[in-house]
Amino acid sequence: MSSHRGFILPYLTSAPLGGRILLGVLALLAVLVPFLNLAFPPESALHVPTYVVALVGKYLCFALLAISVDLIWGYCGILSLGHGAFFSLGGYAMGMYLMRQIGDRGVYKDPILPDFMVFLNWKELPWYWYGFDSFPFAMLMVLLAPGLLALVFGFFAFRSRVTGVYLSIITQAMTFALLLAFFRNDMGFGGNNGLTDFKDILGFNLQSDATRIGLFVASALALAGGYLLSLFIVKSKLGRVLVAIRDAESRARFLGYRVEHYKLFVFTVSAMMAGVAGALYVPQVGIINPSEFSPANSIEIVVWVALGGRGTLHGAALGAVLVNFAKTYLTGAAPEFWLYFLGALFILVTILLPKGIAGLLGNAPDSWTAFSKIGARLSSLFPGRAP
Amino acid sequence: MSEIQRARPKVDGGDTKFEPILYLDGVSVAFDGFKALNELSFYVEPGELRAIIGPNGAGKTTMMDVITGKTQPDSGTVLFRGDVDLTKMDEAAIATLGIGRKFQKPTVFENHTVFENLELALAGDRSARASLFFRLKDDQLRRIDSVLETIALTNLQDTLAGALSHGQKQWLEIGMLLIQDPELLLVDEPAAGMTDVETEQTAELLKEISVNHSLVVVEHDMEFVRALESKVTVLHEGSVLAEGALDTVQQDERVIEVYLGR
Repeated sequence: MSSHRGFILPYLTSAPLGGRILLGVLALLAVLVPFLNLAFPPESALHVPTYVVALVGKYLCFALLAISVDLIWGYCGILSLGHGAFFSLGGYAMGMYLMRQIGDRGVYKDPILPDFMVFLNWKELPWYWYGFDSFPFAMLMVLLAPGLLALVFGFFAFRSRVTGVYLSIITQAMTFALLLAFFRNDMGFGGNNGLTDFKDILGFNLQSDATRIGLFVASALALAGGYLLSLFIVKSKLGRVLVAIRDAESRARFLGYRVEHYKLFVFTVSAMMAGVAGALYVPQVGIINPSEFSPANSIEIVVWVALGGRGTLHGAALGAVLVNFAKTYLTGAAPEFWLYFLGALFILVTILLPKGIAGLLGNAPDSWTAFSKIGARLSSLFPGRAP
Repeated sequence: MSEIQRARPKVDGGDTKFEPILYLDGVSVAFDGFKALNELSFYVEPGELRAIIGPNGAGKTTMMDVITGKTQPDSGTVLFRGDVDLTKMDEAAIATLGIGRKFQKPTVFENHTVFENLELALAGDRSARASLFFRLKDDQLRRIDSVLETIALTNLQDTLAGALSHGQKQWLEIGMLLIQDPELLLVDEPAAGMTDVETEQTAELLKEISVNHSLVVVEHDMEFVRALESKVTVLHEGSVLAEGALDTVQQDERVIEVYLGR
């Protein structure tokens, strides 16, 4: 068995079929999308319009976010209903850099202060905005801001042995508290409006096709990297300890494992991955505001993971893309039905597909039994009708 | 000889020239006023196999919880190897120290294979960093193989533990204890829910293990206790009622009254 020995490289080849498909699709997208966007004129049938590039790029960020949630929920049983907070913090760190990049091109022409600060009559930059004119510093903060929050939050939560639904509730409370805090103008993050009107990143115009393509490729690479990092973690012995903790926490303790250290490690890694996803999301959608902290967003992530298949990694990415594709379509075609659709989807997946879509596709020969199981479940739901 | 040691419970003909591996003195635990343990005192010699019996609510599981760090006693002393105070430590620290525990309900990691269950239990560095870069060495592989043989699960090593029969899960859990290589093993009702043949094999397995380890077995099944051929401690209402060979204990009037007198 491959899990018995070896690490670093063998785990790559031991990636499940779904994971290899994910990596293949990402490689294809990273090559094909730029080519189709740049090489063909807009009137050509083969041209991929720039708005589609940005849209798919956004999906890739959500896929990375979904993988980060699957890493802790699927493998360690930590159901975070506040992962949107880590995503948003990464997004704000990137947003702050982009605000500083505007320089004196804002409405008020202030070379240092962002527009909203001038509007609020602030005279100088708050200390926590220092350094964000530097890209490397901002990228460090993309990792550190969510990472530190997760470290401190997790330290207290896991040390006190808060588990299950109680942990979910306090993660939800955490993101709600941040939502309220970031709404306040005197926090210095743009209040209700958040950060927007970005001009360029690393000197490249954010509106140009080439920059859009660059961000798209970066998102694909980040998703692939996040997937491989997560795969490395879950394929290691640490990953097996995580599953052991998920399934029988006190048994793991009596074997001598410090459960809280393991949880803290994976929770912090996951939060940093979510932060990277947020940082790539913001320049592609052009805005970050407090609504990203809203509890509903965090719950939606969990729906993506459940639909795609928890505990598979690639399934989470698939779920994120599918649900967001449906969202894009439905919020355009029938906006009033979107939330009902999402709710119904979650209920149906929980009842009919406990292992999600990846569980259905995972073992091709077993797919037929999976389908017949769905049939059996359906008929048990409607006992009146004979199967 | 015994009077020069601390105030210990006296045992007939007991040889006390060794430090006891496990020493409990005056341990009390109360839950909402209910005294689960009431001034419990007893000790286990190194290398001893000890059976603990007692009716439901006698405090057997609470005693295990106190020794393994899950429950803090309200008062009393719990010493390991004569000088390590267990009441100050948590579960992971106590497990690392060399005390293994098997639960009443077989608790194995159901989504891991038999092999992986043993690998997780294998003695070694338990830190997260060590686990992330862990690589199984040849001698560790051999150790797993030998334990697989002891618990007769070699052919099922790649089976998910959740798919094992009840008896096989019990053995796997005993194997996980063995491979931790603890000095002291606490085993809670290992024969519960087993067939007669499995019960017999389990008794043999435990006797084999007790050759190299100190072992405390909590059990209901009298036939099983008899098969262990060990000294017996009878618990009742949180303290020791009687101690000695099974036959002697079974003659004891009070024991007959609270436990065997049917």
